[in-house]
Amino acid sequence: MTDTSTRERADRVVGHGLGTSAPRPDGTPKVRGQFAFSSDLWADEMLWGRTVRSPHPSARIVRVDTTVAEAMAGVHAVLTAADVPGRATYGLEHTDQPVFASDVVRYHGEAVAVVAADHPETARRAAAAVVVDYDVADPLVDPEAAIDAIPIHPDGNVFRHVRIVHGDPDAAGDVVVEGAYEVGMQDQAFLGPESGLAIPAEDGGVDLYISTQWLHVDRDQVAACLNLEPERVRLTLSGVGGAFGAREDVSLQVHLCLLALATGRPVKMLYSREESFFGHVHRHPARMTYRHHATRTGDLVKVEARLVLDGGAYASSSTAVIANASCFAAGPYRVPNAVIDGWAVRTNNPPCGAMRGFGAVQACFGHESQMDRLAAALGMDPVDLRLRNALRTGDVLPTGQRITGVAPVRECIEAAVAHPLPPPAADDPLERPGGAGLTVDSADVRRGVGFAVGFKNLLYSEGFDDYSTAAVRLELAADGEPVATVHCAAAEVGQGFVTLAQQVVRSELGVERVVLRTADTGVGSAGSTSASRQTWMSGGAVQAACEAVKIALAARGGDLSAGPIEELREHHHRPTSPLDERGQGDAHVSYAFAAHRAVVDVDPGLGLVRVVQIATGQDIGRALNPLAVIGQIEGGIAQGVGLAVMEEVLVADGCIQNPSFTDYLIPTALDMPAVAATLIEQPEPGAPFGAKGVGEAPTISSTPAVVAAIRAATGVELARVPVRAADIAMPQAASRGAAQT
Amino acid sequence: MTIARPRTVADALDALGALPGAQLLAGGTDLMVEINFGRRSPDDIVALRRVAELGAFEVGEEVVLGAGVTYSVLEHDLADELPALAAAARTVGSPQIRNAGTVGGNVGTASPAGDTLPVLAALDAAVTLAGPEGDRTLPLDAFITGPKRTAIRPGELIRDVRFRRPRGPQLFLKVGPRNAMVISVACCAVVVDADRRRVGIGLGSVGPRPLRATAAEDALAPLVDWDALRADRDAIQRAAALSAEAAEPITDHRATADYRRHCVGVLVERALTRGLEP
Repeated sequence: MTDTSTRERADRVVGHGLGTSAPRPDGTPKVRGQFAFSSDLWADEMLWGRTVRSPHPSARIVRVDTTVAEAMAGVHAVLTAADVPGRATYGLEHTDQPVFASDVVRYHGEAVAVVAADHPETARRAAAAVVVDYDVADPLVDPEAAIDAIPIHPDGNVFRHVRIVHGDPDAAGDVVVEGAYEVGMQDQAFLGPESGLAIPAEDGGVDLYISTQWLHVDRDQVAACLNLEPERVRLTLSGVGGAFGAREDVSLQVHLCLLALATGRPVKMLYSREESFFGHVHRHPARMTYRHHATRTGDLVKVEARLVLDGGAYASSSTAVIANASCFAAGPYRVPNAVIDGWAVRTNNPPCGAMRGFGAVQACFGHESQMDRLAAALGMDPVDLRLRNALRTGDVLPTGQRITGVAPVRECIEAAVAHPLPPPAADDPLERPGGAGLTVDSADVRRGVGFAVGFKNLLYSEGFDDYSTAAVRLELAADGEPVATVHCAAAEVGQGFVTLAQQVVRSELGVERVVLRTADTGVGSAGSTSASRQTWMSGGAVQAACEAVKIALAARGGDLSAGPIEELREHHHRPTSPLDERGQGDAHVSYAFAAHRAVVDVDPGLGLVRVVQIATGQDIGRALNPLAVIGQIEGGIAQGVGLAVMEEVLVADGCIQNPSFTDYLIPTALDMPAVAATLIEQPEPGAPFGAKGVGEAPTISSTPAVVAAIRAATGVELARVPVRAADIAMPQAASRGAAQT
Repeated sequence: MTIARPRTVADALDALGALPGAQLLAGGTDLMVEINFGRRSPDDIVALRRVAELGAFEVGEEVVLGAGVTYSVLEHDLADELPALAAAARTVGSPQIRNAGTVGGNVGTASPAGDTLPVLAALDAAVTLAGPEGDRTLPLDAFITGPKRTAIRPGELIRDVRFRRPRGPQLFLKVGPRNAMVISVACCAVVVDADRRRVGIGLGSVGPRPLRATAAEDALAPLVDWDALRADRDAIQRAAALSAEAAEPITDHRATADYRRHCVGVLVERALTRGLEP
């Protein structure tokens, strides 16, 4: 997918230390189908768990009758809210979500009970035999209305209102443009559905093998719900088939452990693809209104924005997502004055939380659509307008925070623009809009080019100390050669920490043989594999442990024969502070920037799109593994393209309409554009090795770049993503259709 | 559950007789989805993959496609002889699905979105059913009675699909919101039959069954220059408009009825333009 020059450069950097394209240790087994994912877990005598879920988005539970299910042959347990020995609720930041709904259900698919049986089909039938009488209520599904509506939860309907007031709120520019934008509900669409295996332990505790993003935060939530000391809940990471934020929240963890303890048997659960859509949070849908003020010469004067994010039934990470969306609402530009209102609200829609880009994605579609609108109003080139206002080191964000790290926004933009444009229309009809449907002849294809820039924070913000821990042990193997062993709880979810940890140790200790212990809760927390943070945080912890090993080895005169050396270290980033009541504060540690230029071919008659190429410049600090960086850029662009033109969880009256990969569409090879990437390497002060996290930035501005290109090709105003074919082919009719849904 | 694995059509019919109500299984690309979603749990299954005669095909004056002919065979082995069917087969699922799914399965499932169905409709195809009392043949239009409903009787299976091989361009165009591996939002097939001086126009995903745009066909036939195989732009646009009128689309989570009807007009105009170069 990537243009050959970048790919070849990445491939040429051979070796095994930092800065090389060292191969993934799990790469070969994954492509050979030999990698054990959590869905492959197996234990002798294990039972199968199955969840009973609400078919209604809003209802009062009148009665739950488990007697028929319990009496079925092969059924070992049927558990409801009454069987939760500890805390009845869980949650990442606010424990507002019931382990099992007991009095009311607040979303379509909410868990009401769970069963364990000796066969998955028996478990399915037992789950179907659990009788739940519902008194169905009208769901609250309009996020705007939710702000003032009667609360649907004791904690209220507003998860958080962030108000950022910066500079002079009454400032005005010569030129003013307004717009209203919408972002649909995207799903992370990881390929490995939720799965895990819980095994009861002799000490009354439980061992849980699980695919997750953060072992320790899962452990703490499970222990609280089980009423066990955290030490008696031991988690081990199992093969993770993708995450993208969807494994930050607890899904089946508590249910599995409850069943294992209730039955005294190992219990496995594995969601089907359909259930997976109900089993994890999605990206928040957003409604946004913007007003941009600028001088006649194109200097931004003020940005006013109102963002409403639909958090669905439970809090998940909504409070942090809306902080991000609000902090980055004005984009990577110098904005002297700003008034930004961000709301994250509770509704009876599916719960929403973390997904790659985490609030910045939604805001970026708004601010970049506005920048194009402003450029048109000013008669300026959209790229020039962005260059003119691009953030630099030393500039102040609308939160009042000064950027002290590198901020190569100009370089990202210039690099993206510098890539050659792709050749005109494709000869191969499969590569035209509509692809295999062979719907369009080349004469009917229109090409458009669009541009966008985005940014977001790296690591956790607003005072959160998301430290990481790593132990490094150096010893002589049986053959007399040195071997290093790393123990770190960082969840490998596909991003490549397993590769990086080996590279760090090789470079720091000069040892070729590096063994990674399985990530588990037997070592301190590594924090979450999210927020583009593991290279920085856990890479930093591994580096610090290596440093300590080196010192200990030197104290021994470099002699390892006396026995192993093991050192454990934590890495903490510099402290941050929460936003104050005016949305001001040094809330973030660092930022990553990226610019995207999209070239699309559109069939205006049918509204079908083929994204031809995305050229990007990305601020990465330093490429510790160039091939892995390119992989993150390509993958992030795939998800950005998906949000632009096809990916949406369709929700009608609170109910998901398309919980399958038949109808929730993600890009195929015929939808994925060529990628031309330039890595902007300016080491970030304070970051281990100068490296910034690279996973999220590619997802943020690729979406608005594609939409801008479609607008350029068609002249159609497109205010909502994903762009549907009818929005392009019949914009008047499409807006009527949208009003009905 | 009993799973019968016959090797001949005769044995398959015996198995159906012995297992009343048994579910037929060919490629499994529809049935296994239904089972996995818990929508169907058949008591018995008659699996047809080992029935070699169902996988055969003949292309002469008449084309006979055994019910077990897969999409992959249509796509790769019959692309020159049956270009529209091959194009339709190419749009079905992934290569793995196309290796498994069969033309008999597509016809037997009778989904409104079945990709080969509008092509078979435009080709005036007939369906041969094998049953305990022998074979019977029904026009496709009589076989498919509604969405996922057919005239198949208990004890019968689809032996083949057959049609007279026309002389002239054959086209298939399909709209979906992704460039591959997507369920049809609307599709059309155009079959130019120079011998009978007719242009067959089949429509898919815009009605409860595959549709024929007969009013458009009737209006178009006299306006075609049959020696040159050409029609002028007015005639094509008229036929496209009549085809859009013939559509009976619904609004669902995949598309609105308005958009589907719009697509029919665009697709038919483009297909006729490719086939009858104005």
